[in-house]
Amino acid sequence: MKLLGEKGVQKILLVTAFSAISALLLIALFIIKEGLPFLITYGLGDFLLSSDWQPQSGKFGILPMVAASLWVTLGAMIVGAPLGVAGAIFLSEFAPRPVMRVIKPTIELLAAIPSVVYGFIGVMVLAPLIRSSLGGPGLSLLAASIILGIMILPTIISISIDSILAVPQSYREGSLALGATVWQTIHMVTIRAARSGIIASIILGMGRAIGETMAVIMVAGNAVKIPRSALDSVRSLTANIALEMSYATGLHREALFATGVILFVVIITLNSIAILAIRKRVGKR
Amino acid sequence: MNAKTILLPLLVLSILLNGGCGKGKTPITLAGSTAFQPFAEKLAEQYMSTHNNVAITVQGGGSAVGVQSTISGAAQIGMADLVVLPEDAKALTATVVARDGIAVVVNPANRITDLTTQQVRDIFNGKIRNWREVGATDAPITVVSREAGSGTRSSFEQIVTDITLTKDALIQDSNGTIRETVANDANAVGYLSHGLLNAKIKAARIDGQECTNETIAAGKYTLVRPIYLLVKGTPQGEIKNFIDYILSDPGQQTIKANGLIPAK
Amino acid sequence: MRIPPRFTQHGAIALLGGGTLVTVIILVFIVVFVLEKGLPVLSLSFLFSNPEEMGRAGGIFPTLIGTIVLPLLAILIATPLGLGTSVYLTEYTRESRITKVIRFGTDCLAGIPSIIFGLFGFIFFVTTLGMGWSILSGGLTLAFMILPTIIRTSEEAIKAVPKSYRDVSFSLGATRWQTVRRVILPNALPGILTGVMLGIGRSIGETAAVIFTAGSSLRLPSSIFDSTRTMAVHFYILAREGISSENAYGTAAALIIAVLLVNLTAYWLMHWFISRRS
Repeated sequence: MKLLGEKGVQKILLVTAFSAISALLLIALFIIKEGLPFLITYGLGDFLLSSDWQPQSGKFGILPMVAASLWVTLGAMIVGAPLGVAGAIFLSEFAPRPVMRVIKPTIELLAAIPSVVYGFIGVMVLAPLIRSSLGGPGLSLLAASIILGIMILPTIISISIDSILAVPQSYREGSLALGATVWQTIHMVTIRAARSGIIASIILGMGRAIGETMAVIMVAGNAVKIPRSALDSVRSLTANIALEMSYATGLHREALFATGVILFVVIITLNSIAILAIRKRVGKR
Repeated sequence: MNAKTILLPLLVLSILLNGGCGKGKTPITLAGSTAFQPFAEKLAEQYMSTHNNVAITVQGGGSAVGVQSTISGAAQIGMADLVVLPEDAKALTATVVARDGIAVVVNPANRITDLTTQQVRDIFNGKIRNWREVGATDAPITVVSREAGSGTRSSFEQIVTDITLTKDALIQDSNGTIRETVANDANAVGYLSHGLLNAKIKAARIDGQECTNETIAAGKYTLVRPIYLLVKGTPQGEIKNFIDYILSDPGQQTIKANGLIPAK
Repeated sequence: MRIPPRFTQHGAIALLGGGTLVTVIILVFIVVFVLEKGLPVLSLSFLFSNPEEMGRAGGIFPTLIGTIVLPLLAILIATPLGLGTSVYLTEYTRESRITKVIRFGTDCLAGIPSIIFGLFGFIFFVTTLGMGWSILSGGLTLAFMILPTIIRTSEEAIKAVPKSYRDVSFSLGATRWQTVRRVILPNALPGILTGVMLGIGRSIGETAAVIFTAGSSLRLPSSIFDSTRTMAVHFYILAREGISSENAYGTAAALIIAVLLVNLTAYWLMHWFISRRS
């Protein structure tokens, strides 16, 4: 290393940084290059708003998949957000600190469980349950929402706990000094102060839900239709890519890349909102 | 970041890389039909036990993957179970190595034992939506099908004719997965390679015909398609040897013994 | 009638506690469900013997190798690149529009779904570059997937090193590289390692990107040009195709334990380094 000298090291690091960034740029550009021409020639409107997905006949309407992704994400939020935020509040404000210090890392560890395991449990436990108690094929929008909601719980709980703990103790003490109960302090002061972090966690969870592929392929049924009820089988944008990409050619392949571009845009938007929300909280302090 | 932390990973990497050079084994990758995949794997195992100068890998993905990956070179041999090979496959050399029936399957708890071709057509088109319309219990039918690139699906739709798959159909990505889905849902109906039938599901008689090797050989059961091995250009060298093995008596015996129909 | 605040508080505690309990029960149930069915199957012979009949019987040794080699290759590629990038960005450049854009870019790429990386890897590595389904294709794809995370976490870790450390080092006459090597990196090590461990954990559990790039061959890979199957892919195939329920659960149990071990190691390493430094 001494032989290289300062300038040498700097050049090596520059090359490294340049390569890494170029590699990432390559991926982004590759996907855009493959997908954008399709969007321009086929038409963004037709692509997003038509329900006709027949690649063999050159029809590429992804409305059913867009609807599916939106509904599944919404469903995941309905399942995950209340449970997640409730858990975060309870663990940070009501549970004894040692209990929280054990449970929080445990929940974070559970975030690392592979999605295929969640998906499998969905197929073996959840889908038959839905089929026998509510009807329908079981492999459905409902099943996907529940499984995804469970999958994003650790994200929401972990980041929300961090946000709530970051609220200065003085806020709480001031409120209590004014005569508020602990619960009143929590929902009128603490949560309001931690609001942007909690919202950011939910948005990040949504981003994870939209991007999930394996679990959704396993439990959602993959039918190409706009769901009319939660018991209907659906196919998300990610599942569509996974199911067809190994044999798609020509225009079909470009359509899948275009789907990737759409997902890109959605997730970048979601993440930007989340990051801005977190930065706002940090900035306020 | 001293010398050791750089050398160690490089050492590991070179060990990994060295495996490729100098081993001398010709790699052959097969890809495609999930119906033929288990058989290809078995044949590969058997072939490699007596010929250890080849390393054969079998991937799945469906018949369309078989065609595409052979054209692109990702696979040396493509497996396709199609009644009619697509346009881009015309440039490849196709060898029939087996024939396979498509069984229409239901859950063992389903009372149905017989279906006519018209009923099959109507069920998969979504015209018949309830099991009671074909003589079983009152329950909605859950149609399960394969993805568009599946050879089994293309063959099924081509032989039965006039099928525009109902939008409500569940889609699964391999023969095995269809089997599991139908096995787990009492109201499900699907189709798969008859070589993959087992006790978890029940094959319906189509127009009075069972799906067995005998009825297929006799031409009585009509949902049959050939299984092609596709190669870019003329098969040569180890690729040709492996295909010849599959066509030879031991190969065809294995195919027959495991539930598929030999090529002849 | 206004409910006394005391009662709403009790009600709130009950509701929130209930919600927490539900969450914990669900998450614990998932782990217990898999481990209960999988641990009996999981044994040293299961881990180290070869599969028979495509996984219907026998063990999962080739998948164990695949699960070790693939993340290893990804880390070997991504860590130097990621670390070099974050060191250069934080220590060798000034905060500017470009660095902000780069940071935003890596943040975004960290959130891209794995299937898109799989799509890219399949089209670019497997097909266009002709690498075929191989450890190389899979490793490169996974490396790209975890690169943003490594850049981000190491950058946070490096930035967390107090400015005073750098000032002292420079005032003692050290060069920038000497400062980085002897002061900043050792102090940032816990955070960097956490990022690496997270990358490993993510690679081990990854299925979508792997199945389309590394393939699903059950044979023991003999070079990085061979296809391989990881435990996650193996579990997926066994479970979906109903090949073997017991072996599926056994693989899942092994997978969960592996992932938990990696993450636990990450936590432990982080706390050990932090306590050593302070």
